[in-house]
Amino acid sequence: MYQFFFELTGNVIISTLAVALVPLICVLLVTLFGVWLERKVSAWMQDRVGPNRIGPYGIFQTVADFIKMLQKEDAVSSNIDGVLYNIAPVLVFAGSFAAFAVIPFAATIVGSDIQVGLFYMLAVSSFVVAGILMGGWSSNNKYSLLGSMRSVAQIISYEIPTALVVLSMVMLTGTLSLTQISELQTGYFWHWNIFGGPGWALSKFLLIPFMIVGFIILFISTLAEVNRTPFDIPEAESELVAGYFTEYCGMKYGMFMLAEYGNMFAVSLLISILFFGGYQSPFGYLGNVFGIKWLVSLEQFGWFFAKGWFFIFVQMWLRWTLPRLRVDQLMTLCWKYLIPFAVVNLVIIGIISLL
Amino acid sequence: MREYFKNTWDGLYTVLVGMRITFKHLFTPAVTIQYPEVKVKLPDRVRNRLYVNIDDCIGCDQCARACPVNCIEIDTVKSIPGEDLGTTSNGKKKALWVTKFNIDIAKCCYCQLCVFPCPTECIYMTDIYEFAEFERANLLYKFSALNGEEAAQKKVNYEKFQAEKEASRQVGTAKPKPEAPAQPSAN
Amino acid sequence: MSLKTETMVLNMGPQHPSTHGVLRLEVEIEGEVIKKVIPHLGYLHRCFEKHAEAMQYNQVVPYTDRLDYLAAMGNNFGYVLTVEKLLGIQVPERVEYIRVIMAELQRIASHTVAIATNGADIGALTPFLYLFRDREHILTIFEETCGARMLYNYMWVGGLSHDIHPDFVRKTKEFVNYFKSTIVEVDNLLSYNKIFIERTANIGVLPADVAINFGATGPVLRGSGVKFDLRKDDPYSIYNKFDFEVPVGLGLQGTVGDCWDRYYVRMREMEQSLRIIEQAIDNIPEGDVQSAIPKRIKPPKGTSYARVENPRGELGYFLISDGNTNPFRLKVRAPSFVNLEVFGELCKGHLVADVIAILGSIDIVLGEVDR
Repeated sequence: MYQFFFELTGNVIISTLAVALVPLICVLLVTLFGVWLERKVSAWMQDRVGPNRIGPYGIFQTVADFIKMLQKEDAVSSNIDGVLYNIAPVLVFAGSFAAFAVIPFAATIVGSDIQVGLFYMLAVSSFVVAGILMGGWSSNNKYSLLGSMRSVAQIISYEIPTALVVLSMVMLTGTLSLTQISELQTGYFWHWNIFGGPGWALSKFLLIPFMIVGFIILFISTLAEVNRTPFDIPEAESELVAGYFTEYCGMKYGMFMLAEYGNMFAVSLLISILFFGGYQSPFGYLGNVFGIKWLVSLEQFGWFFAKGWFFIFVQMWLRWTLPRLRVDQLMTLCWKYLIPFAVVNLVIIGIISLL
Repeated sequence: MREYFKNTWDGLYTVLVGMRITFKHLFTPAVTIQYPEVKVKLPDRVRNRLYVNIDDCIGCDQCARACPVNCIEIDTVKSIPGEDLGTTSNGKKKALWVTKFNIDIAKCCYCQLCVFPCPTECIYMTDIYEFAEFERANLLYKFSALNGEEAAQKKVNYEKFQAEKEASRQVGTAKPKPEAPAQPSAN
Repeated sequence: MSLKTETMVLNMGPQHPSTHGVLRLEVEIEGEVIKKVIPHLGYLHRCFEKHAEAMQYNQVVPYTDRLDYLAAMGNNFGYVLTVEKLLGIQVPERVEYIRVIMAELQRIASHTVAIATNGADIGALTPFLYLFRDREHILTIFEETCGARMLYNYMWVGGLSHDIHPDFVRKTKEFVNYFKSTIVEVDNLLSYNKIFIERTANIGVLPADVAINFGATGPVLRGSGVKFDLRKDDPYSIYNKFDFEVPVGLGLQGTVGDCWDRYYVRMREMEQSLRIIEQAIDNIPEGDVQSAIPKRIKPPKGTSYARVENPRGELGYFLISDGNTNPFRLKVRAPSFVNLEVFGELCKGHLVADVIAILGSIDIVLGEVDR
């Protein structure tokens, strides 16, 4: 993408800015749409209607909320630790936003096509931990501290099953680069990793159950990484009011929300790249049929977004179905159930991939 | 060990059962009513704002006595004989001027205990529920048909009649036949 | 060098999204484990018992509605039984049947709220909406009958304020048939959900002898395995004519007497209430519901105590009359107040997140606790 803008403008600074701005706008639009979708989906599932006054079907509800948040007074208590308090939302947002740099939205649309994309993504998502810890500590509030401690414990525990499953996929595909992983799954949908991967060897069919197990484990652990129900102890309204962001108001709170939805989206995209073919279409490309080159990119972009939104829908579906897990049960789930299954999965996939 | 796998299986299975129910509900129509464009039709016996048809009120004070929160205030003045206040809709002849009939609807607990004792059924609960006001004083409903001056006039008339009756009774100890009282001018 | 540790005092203040009203809980925790819980009451005290001394007997009825505002029919029922006992009135049978049907419908409505808020506190926000949608049907039936949806003033001393609406029987039958499918749906969504079971089984275990010693009644007592229900053991009105079972907690998913058992007892009680309504709704005798209402209620000197099985437990009214038109003293034995005593015992040794689950399973209403 940087090449594209450089050819367009010839200026280093402008093209860098453009490359940074595109994912930012993408994340903002995703959050806008995501909040609206969450409210509508939750309403339909509960036999209600959801927002329907502002704009047709309430589409501009999020814009109204956003404007409300912008013009709120930034009420800050005097006992807070100033520097940490202000940096925390920025860090949390940066952590989730930086992951978008390496995600390939189409074969040619990618922020930065580095060879260690997957590794970079997992590393950068850990910034969020530091931000949450800062936010909880600097708020000078018992509730926030409890909430942030729990959240930190949750996130770092659930990074282990995530890493194990990602590792097993890396072993299978042999590369860390996200673009390459997507490229390897070309063809029709039976070449996607969830169905065993490309090619027609016997190993493909042997792999299918373990891929499904891997997918479930990855889905559950990324759900915990983004603090969604059933793992939303840090945000549990009925227990700790609002957890680590109790003391934030106005736009800083907005940053935390942006970060959460951005994270959700990044993680959905990751799952779809690893298991569901990334930007590959399940049925072939109309652009190829008609011979229009740029239509292929557009189609890939569309399919990728559709997959990402599908997984976000599943995350929301789970949120409105399940009760919350308690903190120690969350830990039990991670350490006693997910990690053993992930390790066994890893070993078996390793053995099969040697065949 | 068996417990371990059973837990895993239970966890996954019950989650899927729950998800199926919520998914089905995604397609059932909403039960929300789009108030204020659409309003629910209330049943007949509903208990909302009180209303008093003051033409039927005979001033018996039963409703004020029945109220558990004392939100009804009634003041009456006896009428002078010869004054015609009219009859109520079910044939009772009225004999009292109702000079003050205030209901503080902010205090009312909507229990309907005032409706039952009324002999003429002039106080009843309507189905109006949108009567919010900006000022608390506007929630004191005044139902009397006489304004301040007329009420004062009635009181003056009655006191004059009482005084004359007293005077004629005094005189009557001297004179056996009482005189007819003066006819009232206002009505 | 020894480490000095302190317990932290967490205040779940009067305004909190999930303490079911204005209840202040002072929780002393060490890390996440609870050492002590002290409830502070009195934020909703409205001097009901003092007001009753200034009112006439029939004017007290709207005040009794506001005690346990989620089960107002039951409160009315208890009060009128007390006064009728002192006066020696025998109400017509039609009145008895209608009172029982209303009380059982109210039991379903109240348990709906209890289950819905229990689930919502634990995090399952969807059953809350489903159950409230069904509670609307009950409230509409009540609204058609007596005019109000929550605070009815329906059962008067000696009878009822209104006779039932002509559509009542049909609508109640429709509701009974409809509600059976909702119970199944909520069972699938919430009761046997692994996460819900993990959050409520083996939490807040109340042994039977502790429950009896504290005087707990209602689903709290029955959840611990003690089969005691006033409708069977000390029948009032015409409950002895109906055939129904009394569900007890059996420890199906954990130990007997845990939160899941209390929740289970409430679910099954709703089914039994449907059974009672089905038996009663077709057999309402003819009659006049207002024939036995006395013109002036002036009981003789004496005392009386009557108790009813409210959805939250045993609600008792103790009345001392000195021959006037106002009660001399009216004391209310509120079930939630007594059940709240058990709460401190139950929370010891559990985590902070369990406090909310346990409070939801005891199901208190602050109007009753503080009167």
